[in-house]
Amino acid sequence: MTRYAITSSAPGHFPATFGVALAAMSVLLLVGFSALAAELPALTGRVVDNAGIIDAATEAALTRKLADFEAKSSDQIVVATVDSLDGEEIEPYANRLFRAWKLGQAGEDNGVLLLVAKNDRKMRIEVGYGLEGTLTDLHTRLIIENDMVPAFRAGDFSGGIAKAVDDMVMVLEGNPEELEARGTRNPADSNAVDPIVVLFVIVWATLFFGGLAMAVLPPIFGTKLSPGVYKWLGMTFRYGQRSGSASSGGVWTTGTGGGWSSGSSGGGWSSGGSGGGFSGGGGSSGGGGSSGSW
Amino acid sequence: MLAQRLSSPFVLRNLPALLMMAIVLPLLAGCGYNTIPTAEENAKAAWSQVLNQYQRRADLIPNLVETVKGYAAHEKDTLDAVVEARAKATQVTVTPETLSDPEAVKRFQDSQAGLTSALSRLLAVVENYPDLKANQNFLALQAQLEGTENRIAVARRDYIQAVQEYNLTLRTFPSVIWATLWFRGNQPFANFTIEEDKMQTPKVDFGTQQGG
Repeated sequence: MTRYAITSSAPGHFPATFGVALAAMSVLLLVGFSALAAELPALTGRVVDNAGIIDAATEAALTRKLADFEAKSSDQIVVATVDSLDGEEIEPYANRLFRAWKLGQAGEDNGVLLLVAKNDRKMRIEVGYGLEGTLTDLHTRLIIENDMVPAFRAGDFSGGIAKAVDDMVMVLEGNPEELEARGTRNPADSNAVDPIVVLFVIVWATLFFGGLAMAVLPPIFGTKLSPGVYKWLGMTFRYGQRSGSASSGGVWTTGTGGGWSSGSSGGGWSSGGSGGGFSGGGGSSGGGGSSGSW
Repeated sequence: MLAQRLSSPFVLRNLPALLMMAIVLPLLAGCGYNTIPTAEENAKAAWSQVLNQYQRRADLIPNLVETVKGYAAHEKDTLDAVVEARAKATQVTVTPETLSDPEAVKRFQDSQAGLTSALSRLLAVVENYPDLKANQNFLALQAQLEGTENRIAVARRDYIQAVQEYNLTLRTFPSVIWATLWFRGNQPFANFTIEEDKMQTPKVDFGTQQGG
């Protein structure tokens, strides 16, 4: 009896203190991250026009075009404009922004960021690791020099950006087989959680943890009726008897049996759903692409 | 089945011990036993990326030199300086095992900085050759070279960060406990320093001094 008292107190206190520590740590982390990323704009959509230089019609058209393109190829192209870089060079800024937004699919790194800094009169096309081979530095440079610079000099930001996006999509579509392969590797709804998977996980988790709990908890929390027989939550649990007449005993043995055999069904948890809106897929960039100024 | 095993005297007697082990063993990992090796491997991977990008630059240079030669053959000194700096830079390598040697890292950095400055001199000279600047091949090489320089900058930044994290784990609580108990052989990695020419304030010269 005393032994049970010890073990019951240990698991009771551990998660409590641990939980407090974890909460404190996550708060600290959140504060740290938000402080670091304070100067970066938020990813509000595929076109983040913080400098206000793209007209509404172009913005809508671009958003639609880029969404269609992602549905087909899983490549994430994002257009961002900012007023000022606050004295930072555009290359490190673009890289920081790209990584903060996690453009492109995780593991595929197929994102592209077109960044325009209005007051600095600079632009950059930052290409994720995965697209460096297709949308090469030379492509991005030609797009900047031929599409954007002349239009920007004439004051036509919307036109220059739209043309640049068209050409980027054209270059990326220039290798159709690879595009297709990327699209099928990363189906568009891969972020959504399949309800069947959720149901499956819930059922097995209930069986698994329920069975475990029924094996361990009644001796700890229940009242002891006689050796090996405990009453807990209005049920009687019998332990250490040859498959007896007790119905509850039978229930939990089958429960744990099933739970153990297929314990590793955590697949559904890791791919947390992101319903609605647009968010980066977890890609990264190593500084590919090129910059220009007008 | 489980009921029988649970009721057997051995398991019952050792149940608290087993429970403690089940709780404490994951905590051992959670307390940071893995922190140091993880940070070390991250730093080494970041270093490999740095080497990779420097190699990429070195691979571009012979092509660049050939292209420039076709248009600006009499800039022999500048071209030779680039070739020489490249040869020197490719000789000095730092393997992940010698990352904790500050001298080796400094030698590597110096040799690469020599190549950087030789290259920038070459690209400055090229400004005098409009034909070369219009050459498609040169344009492509220039775009690749610029991209590579930027990739080098990113890789260096990542490495600096990874080394900082790794060195922190060797010196800060609680991972310093593991460092003194188990990872005595682990030395802090040497990090990049800012090159001296980048620490000087740039001189502004509009060429008005001589002409007046």
